[in-house]
Amino acid sequence: MFESLSVPGLGSVIAGTAMLGFLCGTLGTFAVLRKQSLMGDAISHACLPGLIVAFLLFNSKESWALMLGAAISGTLAAMIILGISRYSRVKEDSSLAITLSVFFGFGLMLLTWVQRRPDAAQAGLARFLFGQAATLLDRDVWLLAAIAIPCLITVFIFWKQFQLVCFDRSFAQSLGFPVFFIDVLLSLLLVMVIVAGLETVGVVLMSALLVAPAVAARQWTNKLEIMALLAGIFGAFSGIAGSFLSNIGKTSIPTGPVIVLLITLIVLLSILFAPARGIVWLQFKHWRDSNVLQLDSVLSNLVNLAKEHSGKQNGHSMAMLKGISSNPSGVPRSVHKLLEMGLVFEVDKGLYIPTTKGEEYLHEKTSHMGRP
Amino acid sequence: MTRPHDKKMEFALEINDLTVSYKDKPVLWDIDLEIPQGALVGIVGPNGAGKTTLIKSILGLLKPVAGSAKILGLEIDQGIKKIAYVPQRGSVDWDFPATVFDVVQMGTYGKLGWLRRPGSNEKKLTKDALEKVGMLELAHRQISQLSGGQQQRVFLARALVQHAEIYLMDEPFQGVDSTTEQSIVELLRELRNQGATALVVHHDLQTVKDYFDWVVLLNVRKIAAGPVSEVFTETNLKLAFGSRVSLGE
Repeated sequence: MFESLSVPGLGSVIAGTAMLGFLCGTLGTFAVLRKQSLMGDAISHACLPGLIVAFLLFNSKESWALMLGAAISGTLAAMIILGISRYSRVKEDSSLAITLSVFFGFGLMLLTWVQRRPDAAQAGLARFLFGQAATLLDRDVWLLAAIAIPCLITVFIFWKQFQLVCFDRSFAQSLGFPVFFIDVLLSLLLVMVIVAGLETVGVVLMSALLVAPAVAARQWTNKLEIMALLAGIFGAFSGIAGSFLSNIGKTSIPTGPVIVLLITLIVLLSILFAPARGIVWLQFKHWRDSNVLQLDSVLSNLVNLAKEHSGKQNGHSMAMLKGISSNPSGVPRSVHKLLEMGLVFEVDKGLYIPTTKGEEYLHEKTSHMGRP
Repeated sequence: MTRPHDKKMEFALEINDLTVSYKDKPVLWDIDLEIPQGALVGIVGPNGAGKTTLIKSILGLLKPVAGSAKILGLEIDQGIKKIAYVPQRGSVDWDFPATVFDVVQMGTYGKLGWLRRPGSNEKKLTKDALEKVGMLELAHRQISQLSGGQQQRVFLARALVQHAEIYLMDEPFQGVDSTTEQSIVELLRELRNQGATALVVHHDLQTVKDYFDWVVLLNVRKIAAGPVSEVFTETNLKLAFGSRVSLGE
């Protein structure tokens, strides 16, 4: 049913990667807000040994069997990480690092051993390292949907609890919610999402698809609902575009790296250009604010000078203004702008006085200061 | 809420032999404490005296090595529903994507239970609480754009929403301006006059007599607890803080 597009199989590839990207973005939002970005990385690497053990046990490359194996070792790793930080003095980053390297090391060892076996059955297992979206079949897409839909429904049902636990764990606990259970539930969802993405993105780069869409989305919004939705959209977009690009021609580049490059580009653009939080935006605001401040201070200096020398209509020179300014080089431009705005009048060549409008403008500005 | 003429009036909090430790280092040692209902209680003691630990143990956030706490005569898991908790302001990330309204509304989640979502009733409760702390105008502001005093008001409103019988507040006056401090004190008195009990971790010894009816002096052990006029003495303070402290009287 996904075969309507001209390239055979492309329809299922698009449906699969879009669903996966959306799921990753949404769930990744919670991981990022809980400062658990690395949890996803550890879990996805930890899926490798389970995947290969499942292949050996069932002697099959059926997606469901491999996913089951991956899910078991991923869950085991997640529980070990949660358990270590709960019951021992080892800090969370160390428990993540230990679990990741032990599981992944074991997985690589198994993979090497399996690949040396004489039969050809194991061919293609290595695609789980970096992912290959082109191999997605219709039934893989149904399997993805069978994972994605329950996950998204769970997020919808427990939205309130997830929001609460992400923002303030001890307050959540004081309301009587079982915080450890919610932690476990969130970690299990994370495992499900990762398992769903193994075939497409691969264990090595999976965590990027979890973390990056959420990081990008945070730049554009201050609402959790919109952040989760936007992260889903970013994830879906990079999933679809990544699968397309990796399948152009017959070269067949692994899909994982392409998706990751795309989503990284989105992150980069978001960090630079998002309104209110983007670096470029903040720099522009800083520049504009300091210009306004400089303008006000030059005007204020002129008003004060005029008061001190009341009765005289001589005005004051640029050099004088520069002498009392903290940023002399900016004075000429400010004076120019003040003239343009009609706040300052040039009484004589190179001599300036504030206009009545200028005095009113300054009064308006300073009358707000000093209030609580 | 209080019915002083009942046959037997429960204590707001009843703590027996409470000992809490981090690994081998005791933070609270054998605390016995009975807090009457309707008191404004200051918890005072030097840094590391276990003030925050005491509050977290009452809430069940920390597992004690020994001892127990009862809330209005109930075990912690039941009694916790009668408590509103105001954590330290610095304990959360204020860059979380939420508005003032969102955070205060979280106070209604406990009574909503697992599946119900906040509706018009919860929105009204939230607005009322925001009004009480003078933050209604800032309801839609992103929480990262608040001053320290405003953040504290948000946390306070989140607790008020719960309409609890007992309020546990961890350093609500930390780093807030004097206007906010005064309005928090006003609110505390109002709550007390409605029959609620409040335990407040407090640092400024000079204001203890003005703010509280009751005081708990803590330094790992309980030094003293009782009405301020009886317990807040130079002798007890020296026991809690060492010899350098004086009331300056």
